[in-house]
Amino acid sequence: MKEFGRYVLFLESLVVRRETFITYYRLVMEECVQIGVKSISLFVLVSTFMGAVTTVQTAFNLVTPLVPRFVISQVVREMTVLELAPTIMAIIFAGKIGSSMAGGLGTMRITEQIDALEVMGINSSSYLVLPKIIASILMYPMLVIFAGTCSLLGGYLVGTLTGIMTPTEYIMGLRSIFNQYTITFALIKSVVFAFLISSISCYKGYYTHGGALEVGIASTEAVTSSVIAVLLADYFLANLLL
Amino acid sequence: MIKIKNINKSFNGKAVLKQISGEFDQGKTNLIIGSSGTGKSVLLKCIVGLLQPDAGNVFYDLRNFTEADKEVKSEIRREIGMLFQGSALFDSKNVEQNVMFPLEILTKMPPDEKLDRVNFCLKRVGLENVNKKMASEISGGMKKRVGIARAIVNNPNYLFCDEPNSGLDPQTSILIDELILEITHEFNITTIVVTHDMNSVLGIGEKIMFLNKGEKLWEGSNEDITHSGVKELDDFVFINKVMKSLKGK
Repeated sequence: MKEFGRYVLFLESLVVRRETFITYYRLVMEECVQIGVKSISLFVLVSTFMGAVTTVQTAFNLVTPLVPRFVISQVVREMTVLELAPTIMAIIFAGKIGSSMAGGLGTMRITEQIDALEVMGINSSSYLVLPKIIASILMYPMLVIFAGTCSLLGGYLVGTLTGIMTPTEYIMGLRSIFNQYTITFALIKSVVFAFLISSISCYKGYYTHGGALEVGIASTEAVTSSVIAVLLADYFLANLLL
Repeated sequence: MIKIKNINKSFNGKAVLKQISGEFDQGKTNLIIGSSGTGKSVLLKCIVGLLQPDAGNVFYDLRNFTEADKEVKSEIRREIGMLFQGSALFDSKNVEQNVMFPLEILTKMPPDEKLDRVNFCLKRVGLENVNKKMASEISGGMKKRVGIARAIVNNPNYLFCDEPNSGLDPQTSILIDELILEITHEFNITTIVVTHDMNSVLGIGEKIMFLNKGEKLWEGSNEDITHSGVKELDDFVFINKVMKSLKGK
């Protein structure tokens, strides 16, 4: 509870004594490049294979001729939109971006760079952390959309190239009994996950004490805590919104 | 002038600073000296507000910093320049961006003026043609100089230096000390230097506060440090044969 209280106070500190809008704008744009643009290749790789593997495994499990083959892509679509794109990618996001945020801030803490900002009269938490959180909230939903698309494409490629199903069957499966709300739900989840991962990782990094060893520990804790928070939030959001 | 009054600070029940009071004069290099672990850096952090003292007050030209609200503290901090032990340069920025940083954040100066000011400060600390180098590409001594340039770029009224000579060779240490002394006199600022380097103590210690086990034991100048009559200070100053031979004379 003490840790949670400290986390809430940390969040509060982000919105007091802020710098100018233009300062934040510049920082958010820089972070968007770091968080979004530089993560695209990893997201493409992981999500494409994720879609491909889901297609193969679903086909493997649906052996009965009573179930039409387009159901495979229907399953891939539902899994991708509801869970794989927002949640599994959140775990990847925590591993790549969360650990980088915690490591970066931890290093800044132990090398007195954060103290240097404070001495200059700058609210270091707001200056360093708020742009990361805003950029994550802006970029992660886009990455999720991108990952979802790549996953469906991966499924399409494997499904059609290996002869599991025809292109027509795959497209038909994607389009049949489609509930648009699942997209809205996935985007709501992605915003919540982006906030949780970025804020928890920054919190862990910002309060690092000690040396290089502690920076490593902070990065690890950032990933584990973020992943736990994401899984808990995933469950509660599913209960609340579905 | 900076005045501290009855500063106390403890960590986990262990007192690190005990009733420290004193004044640091404007236009002078004020030194806080003592062995490792005597609370010098903690005192400096209490003065600049990086740590909150358990009791006592810090006054910046009669403005009570310790009890001031966040806005006032922020205003006072904008008059502060600080050189950190490890220089604390921002890794993601080059030399020019590091020095320009306080101007970018704290002023509305036009870009040309900012660049002129940065170049002036870099020239003042003896660094030219290194503007585009990253912090990781320059030596320890150069980092300290960049740190000093960043500390003075916004025309501070107060300059703090935490172990400015740590990790430097004796020659570079003396150059950094002289630079701090010159800047203090040139801009008439209140400078506080935390050090345990005897060359600095004797070279630039215009006003010295000696701490031992969290207590202030002595205050004076570099001229009278060799005959203070305080045993702990004598033990600190006359630690090596050269200094002992000087005492004999």
